Amino acid sequence: MKLTVWTYEGPPHVGAMRVATGMKGLHYVLHAPQGDTYADLLFTMIERRDHRPPVTYTTFQARDLSRDTGSLFKQACQEAYDRFKPEAIIVGASCTAELIQDDPAGLAETMGLPVPVIPLELPSYQRKENFGADETFLQIVRHLAKPMEKTARISCNILGPTALGFRHRDDVQEITNLLYEMGIEVNVTGPMGSTPADIAKMGQAQFNVLLYPETGESAARYCEKTFGQPYTKVVPIGVGATNDFIAEIRALTGSTAAIDMQNSRQTWWSRSVDSTYLTGKRVFIFGDGTHVAAAARFARDEMGFEVAGMGCYNREFARPIRTLAKEYGLEALITDDYLEVEAAIEALQPEMILGTQMERHIGKRLGIPCAVISAPVHVQDFPARYSPQMGFEGANVLFDTWVHPLVMGLEEHLLHMFREDFEFNDAAGPSHHGGHAPVATGAEAQAPRSLESKMKPEVQPSGEVVWLPLAEKELKKIPFFVRGKARRNTEAFAVEKGLAEISVDTLYDAKAHYAR
Amino acid sequence: MTDLTPPPPALGCRTSPILKQRGQREVFCGLTGIIWLHRKIQDAFFLVVGSRTCAHLLQSAAGVMIFAEPRFGTAILEESDLAGLNDAHKELDREVARLLSRRPDIRQLFLVGSCPSEVIKLDLSRAAERLTKEFAPKVRVLEYSGSGIETTFTQGEDACLASMVPVLPETDKRELLVVGALPDVVEDQMIGLLAAMGIGPVRVLPARNIDDEVGIGENTVYALTQPFLSDTHAALERRGAKHIQAPFPLGEEGTTAWLAAVAEEFGVDRALFDEVTAAPRRRARQAVAAAAETLKNKSVFFFPDSQLEIPLARFLARECGMTPLEVGSPYIHDALHGPDLDLLPEGPQISEGQDVDLQLDRCREARPDLTVCGLGLANPLEAEGLSTKWAIELVFTPVHFYEQAGDLAALFARPLRRKDILEAAE
Repeated sequence: MKLTVWTYEGPPHVGAMRVATGMKGLHYVLHAPQGDTYADLLFTMIERRDHRPPVTYTTFQARDLSRDTGSLFKQACQEAYDRFKPEAIIVGASCTAELIQDDPAGLAETMGLPVPVIPLELPSYQRKENFGADETFLQIVRHLAKPMEKTARISCNILGPTALGFRHRDDVQEITNLLYEMGIEVNVTGPMGSTPADIAKMGQAQFNVLLYPETGESAARYCEKTFGQPYTKVVPIGVGATNDFIAEIRALTGSTAAIDMQNSRQTWWSRSVDSTYLTGKRVFIFGDGTHVAAAARFARDEMGFEVAGMGCYNREFARPIRTLAKEYGLEALITDDYLEVEAAIEALQPEMILGTQMERHIGKRLGIPCAVISAPVHVQDFPARYSPQMGFEGANVLFDTWVHPLVMGLEEHLLHMFREDFEFNDAAGPSHHGGHAPVATGAEAQAPRSLESKMKPEVQPSGEVVWLPLAEKELKKIPFFVRGKARRNTEAFAVEKGLAEISVDTLYDAKAHYAR
Repeated sequence: MTDLTPPPPALGCRTSPILKQRGQREVFCGLTGIIWLHRKIQDAFFLVVGSRTCAHLLQSAAGVMIFAEPRFGTAILEESDLAGLNDAHKELDREVARLLSRRPDIRQLFLVGSCPSEVIKLDLSRAAERLTKEFAPKVRVLEYSGSGIETTFTQGEDACLASMVPVLPETDKRELLVVGALPDVVEDQMIGLLAAMGIGPVRVLPARNIDDEVGIGENTVYALTQPFLSDTHAALERRGAKHIQAPFPLGEEGTTAWLAAVAEEFGVDRALFDEVTAAPRRRARQAVAAAAETLKNKSVFFFPDSQLEIPLARFLARECGMTPLEVGSPYIHDALHGPDLDLLPEGPQISEGQDVDLQLDRCREARPDLTVCGLGLANPLEAEGLSTKWAIELVFTPVHFYEQAGDLAALFARPLRRKDILEAAE
């Protein structure tokens, strides 16, 4: 038993829903109690989908348990087929149904439905959402894809995008266009955007482009083995990675087509004068393994940040992330415990967090700016505008999104110069964020879900060193986005020097000591 | 008092035939109630004993995540817990001990049962008894079920409050107990109105913290402010308390009827009642009238969700001039919903339970001007051109009593106004 406050991943059947909801012509019959229908809102509200997910829940109740939940499942399955006439059906159980052991697979098989019925075994008490999506897609491909003659023109499949994926919609478009420029046709993109009939002809492609290893790697490996399709290993996030991706595809296909770089602006933006303010900013990176690895490279090599910490929540990627962290001189944080991530960020005091929806909350609480780079994400991370993470346009988007939360350029100077200005002070936050508005209205403050606030003094007694009043006052004059670092450095400096008290002099001695 | 309240209709819906359906349901489970209960009861922690799905539901249904560490969490059952029950109890004790040492501010702990904990028959009442002994007197440990195989959405609050009734001390005082979690501002307004009529002290369940709790006994009279509290109602009756039947305090008319029933029980004279209620009644009517301009003569269709559907349909029909086409409720209890059904003019199909696909067929056929439904259905229906109001907002927003009557009407009017604005601009 493990106490969990917030979770990074849902249960595995939610992963299966992400696959089913991304596809067309597929229906998911899920043996589950009524409460599990909440999962629909992930898609209809967070992703603003205009259709219900193609999922029929059996919604059994306590009184059914003493009777025959098996026939309830069969009835739901039959009604779902009759109403939706899908090309194929996937069947499975959520956590509760797994315990009553009705065997949806066996039950569905006896029904003689005229379409393929694909059973899913998703162990709810061991695995999580990404595994569920990956395994579901694998089973669909195994059951439906057949060996076929390859297409005459060079073609590939794009593997991994799902419903509720972070920017999957736009990444697919960006990479499809890039492949087209290279003279490569996309045979099937799946699971998102495909039908069971499309999946059946996946074997026609010469190779696979694996965009999201979290949700598509098992299928990619299966296709490599079964259809002799190699798959790409580079995830094209950032200009450097996109160039590597292009090189990888050229090696696979012999394509020599030139790529139009006219709209790739990120490289120059990072080299323009204003971006010296970004140099050396300390960032903490957390999310799914794939996005973290890509973000680390982009942060260090293409933005000039210093990666102060990194980690991922999906244990499946623990090994590569640990190895990568070592290359950055860091110890990776592999955990799905939100409180541990918060503690790590609080201790490191980075100047920015690149994380998930969860780290955005941590950032708000600790007063550290945050940009979202990975699922899980919320409604604001499904923008109306075209906003990929991948390819050259993706790199442009990354630059903009990562810079947005920061105080930039002249503003940073002005904050240093006029730190006690009554209206232009650091408590107001970056001027382009509208942090000047009054905080909570009466109605919000009284609503049952009003947010808990936690007031913290600037300096907390650590038991080791004491801040003298004047030094603490001086510390408060340091702009908020570097104050945490200044405090930590000064305390470390004092401990190192064996000082029991921190004076204004200690503060500035420490500053000189740590000067770069 | 010049009674502006229209008389009850010649024929209400109390005896209307009810369409009872059993099929796929599209509703939350009772765990969802934790989202508002943990804000209301300020020294309580809600520990769900369940699966990753439970944790994910709480996080997703909340819509927002709360920045600080919330006062709820899920003890997620793992493969090893499912093997042997003894282990599960030990594991639970360990997690509770760890939690209570980290959160010394917690005075009441609710162990909340879930679908998996019920299917494996993990006996939480035994755990609660054991933990109460261990942590008494500082922390009281209670348990209830919020599972989706036992409870639908707001029934979670019912189960929570019902679990508190047996442990409240005995009293023989004649006191009014108002039952149902209300936002503090609304609760204060209600207490203010009753105090002005000379009724008090007024006790509330749930209290904001454990030290504010009161006794119950044969002289206790209680009124419900939420229509989903049938188990709590039964638990209070078992302790000998007396129920004041009334329509629910939604809208000007519902609030007046609710207050009048309480006032009658306490022998408040008519002049005083009128004096206290005249001004807020006038304000409420005025505020509702503004939104009713948009709502008048529009049709409304309710999917079953919170059990608030019947009182809300009554409010929309009688105070806003809307025409309910179907009023679906997950459960209908005559003792609780009867007074509102009496006032709801005959006409709409009253339905209990759900077969969501069949109900969607009926809704598409009826093409109502406004559909009140859950979050899973709202955007798909909007995409089909049907305006919707998400039902969960009605539970999360202060809507009870006079000063909120206008806000309540406005919640329904906003989707229609938006449609008008966007379509006018096309």
